Amino acid sequence: MSAILPPSERLWWRQPIDKVEIVWILIAFTWCLIMFFMMPYWHVFGNQNLSSETYRTTPERFAAKAQEMVDKWTVRTETDEKIPVVRPPAGADVYLIARLWAFWPILELEVGKTYRLHLTAMDYQHGFSLQPENINIQVLPGYDHVVTITPNRAGTYAIVCNEFCGIGHHKMVSRLYVK
Amino acid sequence: MATAELFRTCPRTGLQYHKSAEALIKWNAVVAVVWLLVGGLLAVLILLTRWQAVHLLGAESFYLLLTAHGLDMLAFWIIFFEIAVLYFCGSTLLRSRLATPRWAWAGFWLMLVGAVLNNVAVFRGDSTVMFTSYVPLPANPMFYLGLILFAVGALIGCFVFLGTLVVARAERTYEGSIPLVVFGALTAAIIAIFTIASGAIILIPTFLWSVGYITTIDPLMYRTIWWGFGHSSQQINVAAHVAVWYAIAAIVFGAKPMSERVSRVAFLLYILFLQLASAHHLLADPGLSTEWKVFNTSYAMYLAVLASMVHGLTVPGSIEVAQRAKGYTKGLFEWIRKAPWSNPSFSGMFLSLLVFGFLGGISGVMMGTEQLNMLIHNTIYVPGHFHATVVGGTTLAFMALTYFLIPTLFRREVIMPGLAKWQPYLFGLGMAVFALALMGAGTLGVPRRSWDITFAGAPLPYEFPGAAWLMLGIMGVSGLVAVIGGAAYILITVGSLLWGKPVEAPGYGPERSVLKMPVATALTGHGHGAGFAAPGTFVFALVFLAAFVLYYFVNWKYLSTVWGLS
Repeated sequence: MSAILPPSERLWWRQPIDKVEIVWILIAFTWCLIMFFMMPYWHVFGNQNLSSETYRTTPERFAAKAQEMVDKWTVRTETDEKIPVVRPPAGADVYLIARLWAFWPILELEVGKTYRLHLTAMDYQHGFSLQPENINIQVLPGYDHVVTITPNRAGTYAIVCNEFCGIGHHKMVSRLYVK
Repeated sequence: MATAELFRTCPRTGLQYHKSAEALIKWNAVVAVVWLLVGGLLAVLILLTRWQAVHLLGAESFYLLLTAHGLDMLAFWIIFFEIAVLYFCGSTLLRSRLATPRWAWAGFWLMLVGAVLNNVAVFRGDSTVMFTSYVPLPANPMFYLGLILFAVGALIGCFVFLGTLVVARAERTYEGSIPLVVFGALTAAIIAIFTIASGAIILIPTFLWSVGYITTIDPLMYRTIWWGFGHSSQQINVAAHVAVWYAIAAIVFGAKPMSERVSRVAFLLYILFLQLASAHHLLADPGLSTEWKVFNTSYAMYLAVLASMVHGLTVPGSIEVAQRAKGYTKGLFEWIRKAPWSNPSFSGMFLSLLVFGFLGGISGVMMGTEQLNMLIHNTIYVPGHFHATVVGGTTLAFMALTYFLIPTLFRREVIMPGLAKWQPYLFGLGMAVFALALMGAGTLGVPRRSWDITFAGAPLPYEFPGAAWLMLGIMGVSGLVAVIGGAAYILITVGSLLWGKPVEAPGYGPERSVLKMPVATALTGHGHGAGFAAPGTFVFALVFLAAFVLYYFVNWKYLSTVWGLS
């Protein structure tokens, strides 16, 4: 029973270490270093890095910008609630509102074009989960998070809220088109 | 004062129990199991609701019970049991009297009152905010107050443990250094103090916000500090269950740490780096710089990962060395084939090690990689990960320890030994498949904490692929197997306490003995740097590494195919 007894030698830290432990520590440490370097490496050579560009905002300010975008670039509306479908030009600043319990408006983007997507929450915390691509970003009230996105496949995507936001959480889903 | 202290010695194990400490260990462990029972009943209802084909509860009850399940399991079951483990390690393993039993009882009652208040707030229905209670989602003030009282009680418990270490040293109840298992418990206590302090720093203002004294709490600040509490509390579990692994290896096999130095430095790495890993919850958040995210999750977290990989080798390694010394030397694996697989203390501990390492560990590192995190953030993959770590790892390790504690601490024989033999397999394997199924569903995008993945009633619903439904079905079936294993555990422990045959043991008296250092085995023992003492374990470790590397790069490969993001 000796892990529950005091070490058998008073100067236990002077005891030599078995080879199996040293070899494993070296292997594990090397692996940890590789995992460490993967992250900066991907920032330099990879194409999928989450932007950290963030601004303080308020619901009123953000809603005004979103409304301005909707007024300029709406191409049609969808569903009984007449949710505008916005087709912004490439490179544009695009605003997506997350609120109880919907995303607004619907975006229609072009394959291979880059957009500056602004995300904020109007009330509680929400989640931006792009399906079936499975890209997931936290959306916080008071913060305008600017994510530069480049869709690489055409299709109809869904935006699902994946942060619990109250009793209507499971109905908070919207659409995004890539043409 | 020390003259009035009463002790008894367990005839089977030679452990010496201080009367006041014994009562505290028992009551903390019993209350822990009651919370496990409550959380387990909730688990069945939640499971049968998320299993989309069954979909048992309504949305409101589902979210309410999910909030209660998270708190009752992650906070109340585990921390009550951990306080019992701390008192056991501090008092029993060091043969010392417990410092200030009255304070320890005050802590116990605070924890109990806090946990009950918190549950009352949740079950009243106005505090459905999940375990994380992210602001500005509002809960009843009683919700935060309950958590604060619970945390203060647990903090008192940690200081009673530290006080006991001081008493033991001052009264010379042991020779040399504290045993490795106590060192692990000390690690857990230090992490617990950091954790509870973080909890207080954020929950006290949040409580004041809920009663109207503070107008706003910044959501990002809340998340940053809250995770110092929310994730670090899981690090207490890691340190505690690794200590339990070493303890069970010592109890069942007489295993001796391969090297005290390596194992203790690994615990030290936990103290230094593990808490910073809580930053990985914020990888998908706005407002934090990339450098901050990368530093915290790699430089810091990987040194803690290194520590876990070391324990993952040294625990089974010490068992291998002990088994080889007994003559199980044939080939690489005779030592593990001939291990006592029908002893639930051993099988529970070994399954805990495997589930924690292979499922919990690998998925945890994947999630903690800055870019890869985007692929699973807030999907059901996350509960998949922590059911592997906290349930398959910590809870199963605590269950394994219970089988040892029932005869020695509660002085009862374990009832239904046949069922006890199977219990760790039902629970551990059920939980392993359950966790894998959740990870599979999360990889397919299924959100966590969602009542309905069909989005019924939404104007523009999304249809998840059939494979996601299949995963949720597998989750349902394997979850039920785990629930049966959990129910068996509660039946056996509660049954043994009530109806188990009493174990004959001498009564209490003022006599006590000193914990002597074992006689050094000179250079005939292991740990002298000459050989390759645990080749079988090394092969296991390489298999683990291969799985780890493969899974890690498969995720990078997938990431490279998604939309460009910068």
